[in-house]
Amino acid sequence: MTTTPAVRTVGLTKSYADLAVLRGVDLSVPAGSICALLGRNGAGKTTLVRILSTLLQPDGGTATVAGHDVVTAPGRVRERISLTGQFAAVDDVLTGRENLVLVARLRRVAAPTRVADDLLDRFSLTEAGRRRAATYSGGMRRRLDLAMSLVADPPVVFLDEPTTGLDPQGRHEVWAAVRDLARGGTTVLLTTQHLEEAERLADRVAVLHEGRVVVDGTLAEVQALAPPTTVEQVPRPPSLEDVFLGLTGAQESR
Amino acid sequence: MTTFVRATAALTGRSLTHVRRSPDTIITTALTPVAMMLLFVYVFGSAIQTPSPGRYVDYLLPGILLMTVASSIAYTAYRLFMDVDGGIFERFRSLPIARSALLWSHVLTSVVATSVALALVVLVAVVMGFRSGAGPLAWLAVAGILLLFTLALTWLALVPGLLATSADAVSGFAFPLIFLPFVSSAFVPTDGMPTPVRWFAEHQPVTPIVEAMRSLYAEQPAGSDLTLAVTWCLGLLLVAYLLAMRTYRRRFG
Ligand SMILES: Nc1ncnc2c1ncn2[C@@H]1O[C@H](COP(=O)(O)OP(=O)(O)O)[C@@H](O)[C@H]1O
Ligand SMILES: [Mg+2]
Repeated sequence: MTTTPAVRTVGLTKSYADLAVLRGVDLSVPAGSICALLGRNGAGKTTLVRILSTLLQPDGGTATVAGHDVVTAPGRVRERISLTGQFAAVDDVLTGRENLVLVARLRRVAAPTRVADDLLDRFSLTEAGRRRAATYSGGMRRRLDLAMSLVADPPVVFLDEPTTGLDPQGRHEVWAAVRDLARGGTTVLLTTQHLEEAERLADRVAVLHEGRVVVDGTLAEVQALAPPTTVEQVPRPPSLEDVFLGLTGAQESR
Repeated sequence: MTTFVRATAALTGRSLTHVRRSPDTIITTALTPVAMMLLFVYVFGSAIQTPSPGRYVDYLLPGILLMTVASSIAYTAYRLFMDVDGGIFERFRSLPIARSALLWSHVLTSVVATSVALALVVLVAVVMGFRSGAGPLAWLAVAGILLLFTLALTWLALVPGLLATSADAVSGFAFPLIFLPFVSSAFVPTDGMPTPVRWFAEHQPVTPIVEAMRSLYAEQPAGSDLTLAVTWCLGLLLVAYLLAMRTYRRRFG
């Protein structure tokens, strides 16, 4: 049985004025996997995620999410996804619980307050749920942000640099939540600049460099791409960093 | 349709919570018009000759009310700007809801917040001696004019709310609107103004709107002023609505 990928882009292009950010992105994310999209600052990760979440129109190519085209059927895509942006998008004036109830209402779930309470519990925010989000620490805000994305269990979740700006404790909390999601069968596409994060979380890794996906495969496949010299010099399995630096360095010197 | 209504209701509830949790915005809204009212009634009022026989505060109130609306929609623009700037707008836009609900929730919130500020200003005016024998129908007509004017200015305020790059810029746009009543028959009759100023004063929307409300309060036929006032409000509303929708589409596709 062949299952259609949860996310699939073919030849996706996007420019801002004369800056060509995406120059033909081909990416395929199997349903139920965690895919880490790696790329340096400015590589175009946010641009790609915003196109996939129907917030931005591509210039060319196609992108389908959960079987629906982001340009021709954005409404259907929106019913099946959620986005946690690069910067926490919570309402500071509302309490954590009110934030969740609001999203639950907007997603038309049957019992908004129960869904909110369940999520508060799952993200260890029950106590804090009664306070305004403005009083939260960075880690708590991120957790609330993530919880808001999980209301109504969308099958595809986009996380744009979910751990940027978090302390180690906060990072581990987010990682645990992401693993939890994947266990439940949700497809997660997360972007990161940190190779360690990709190694720890992802089943699949895609490297975005100079407007294209230069590598796309399972963690093992990608690790196999490390330059052999590195393996000889360092007595440890090749890290993604070796792969990443090898690949992107090679591209730059062309 | 019902999904639009439900999303608008949820988002309006949220936005009204913002207003409820910062009541100072309502006070600030009413501050400028109330200060102007005090200044004109107690300082300049004695030197101003008005054609109507009533108290000066009766003459003044309609213009002050328009000023209140202009002052209030600065916060409408500010609230929208904060949503767009803070990223919560992106989240809402990625949800399966009618996108027009995002703008309509700010419009409805603006109407409620403005109404509260208007009530506050009328209350102060009554304390200062404002009286009207107008019946419920006339009051309803005044409320209708104010509602149309508020809607028109609110849709206009969404444009800077969507486009602004800083919080200062967003509230700055309201200043010319707040001071528009000065160059109209709101504070003094236009007769004594120099010709070009007088021409402007007599042809800008504030004058017929103010005159219509004044007539309604004074239990006099508002006639052509009322027609002109409603026409101006509807025209402005249409232009502002189209402008805001176009700005939204341009900026967010
Ligand atoms: N709205 C925009 N207008 C112009 N340039 C932009 C815009 N958004 C992003 N860029 C540019 O596009 C490039 C890719 O940005 P982005 O997708 O945010 O990268 P990443 O998320 O990988 O850091 C950067 O050089 C950035 O400056
Ligand atoms: Mg980014």
